[in-house]
Amino acid sequence: MEIKNAAAGTLESGDILIQIAPATTAGLHIDLDSTVAYQFGAQIKKVITETLTGLGMDNADVKATDKGALDCTIRARATAAFVRATGKDVWAD
Amino acid sequence: MNSIKDRAALIAEAAARMNKDTFKGTQPKVTTARTELQHQSAKVVTLEDAIRKTGLKDGMTISFHHHFRGGDKVINLVVAKLAEMGFKNLHLASSSLIDVHEPLIEHIRNGVITKISTSGLRGKLANEISHGLMEEPVIFRSHGGRGSAIANGDLHIDVAFLGASSCDPMGNACGFSRSENAKSICGSLGYALPDAQYADKVVILTDDLVAYPNTPNAISERNVDYVVVVDSVGDSSKISSGAIRDTKNPRDILLAQQAAKVIINSGYFKQGFSIQTGSGGASLAAVKFIRQSMIDQGITASFALGGITAHMVKMHEEGLIERLIDVQSFDKVAAESLKNDPMHKEVSANEYASYDEPGSATHNLDIVILSALEVDVNFNVNVLVGSDGIIRGAIGGHPDTAADSALSIIVCPLLRGRIPCVVDEVTTHITPGSTVDVVVTEYGIAVNPARPELKERLAKAGLKIVDINALKDRAKSIIGEAAPLPFGDKVVGIVMNRDGSVMDVIKNITE
Repeated sequence: MEIKNAAAGTLESGDILIQIAPATTAGLHIDLDSTVAYQFGAQIKKVITETLTGLGMDNADVKATDKGALDCTIRARATAAFVRATGKDVWAD
Repeated sequence: MNSIKDRAALIAEAAARMNKDTFKGTQPKVTTARTELQHQSAKVVTLEDAIRKTGLKDGMTISFHHHFRGGDKVINLVVAKLAEMGFKNLHLASSSLIDVHEPLIEHIRNGVITKISTSGLRGKLANEISHGLMEEPVIFRSHGGRGSAIANGDLHIDVAFLGASSCDPMGNACGFSRSENAKSICGSLGYALPDAQYADKVVILTDDLVAYPNTPNAISERNVDYVVVVDSVGDSSKISSGAIRDTKNPRDILLAQQAAKVIINSGYFKQGFSIQTGSGGASLAAVKFIRQSMIDQGITASFALGGITAHMVKMHEEGLIERLIDVQSFDKVAAESLKNDPMHKEVSANEYASYDEPGSATHNLDIVILSALEVDVNFNVNVLVGSDGIIRGAIGGHPDTAADSALSIIVCPLLRGRIPCVVDEVTTHITPGSTVDVVVTEYGIAVNPARPELKERLAKAGLKIVDINALKDRAKSIIGEAAPLPFGDKVVGIVMNRDGSVMDVIKNITE
């Protein structure tokens, strides 16, 4: 799977900015900066991982800047970032 | 004969019996034109001299007010001077502290300030203290609780440093100025009045020294020892910063509309009712929505209390609110109104919300609308510590007004981002659930089971009444389960109840 740099989301309260870049080492690496990291950091990483691997992305460097987004928002932003990074339109089907 | 000479022996005898001296004559009469004297007095000194003359010593308690809110310049100025003069171990007792007081961090590190009493903490100072900056825990009190504590001696103030927008050389001071040299305005000095009355020594700092008599005055010369002229006591344009916002947020507007419906259908919305709003966006906006109902139903309020806002002033000027009782002016419009309108009355924190005084205004209050960081299923409210465990608010008059009013309404969204506002148990207990009657969220209105008659009235009016547990479950279903906060074992804050008892403690956060 070919990946180019891409991003989706904003830094507004209640949103999350997800930036995807080609992997420097094998695997999916998530660097998370969140206003609710203590309480929800693990959950946020889990949702991003599940969304991206579910779409077939197993190798990427992901930078996530979270401002308290809900899971549905995180999934939507991760999916959009995936589409932009791969050019594969998952919504077309 | 009965001349004064003849009576000399009797005068001496009467004096001896009363243990008094006999009259020895007067001081020479001062014949200077009083227009000259009215501009000067021995009380007017430099800040350094004022500090020396008060006899302030290491370990003593100094106090301040926060009426300039985000624009306050007095606290940083005075504490920097105290640090320069080499004072240590001071107890800083301010009516509140906000973001602008961040320089205190250095003074705490350097041992100038080793103890703090306040209503709230915000910004970097709050963050540092939450992480364990201080050895001694910060003592938090409500505004009414602070007034009581100062009056009954729980909080003894050695020297009060009080900023005022005008002051004459004798010490008659106000939160506004009637002179053409006026530099600042904060309106009510309500939180400074207990300090002025009970502190051992009182220093007024002013940026407009006016001629005697600076009447009508908030603080009387009787209570003032020294007057210090400074460049600026505060930036008035920053008064309505900090917690106070005029909301354009559609969710806040929805909440405000719901709160207004609760008020109108509560049974307390009748001729002569009284009302107070807290500083949150939604609670301030609720006032706008009850205004139309007051006009439609021909109802006027006897008084509005508390933090007075431009909305309240407008309704007063329209004849909808007869009187304004003002412990703190929340914006410049309110401050100007206090200056110009005799029906807009300045009150001390004690007259506003003291637990001990049956005549304090909160005891005569029908309705209060308040905000919250968190409410729990037992209706307890937290307005001080964020859901991340970091101090980020102020107690204010929250517990005072909730307890004393006939109807207390908490307005808060179900979620703020991913942070739930309706929870199993609040992070820190500030306002007891037994004093909270209604919780308004965008997902429905919960009524305290102790108020079944209220629940019935609101349900009959067609409002969506829900169980508070259902709200909590709803929040949890959206956000998922939160991991526990990384609290340490050190107590960084103590929350006093307004009756003087210890309500809760705040532990440090380790990450």
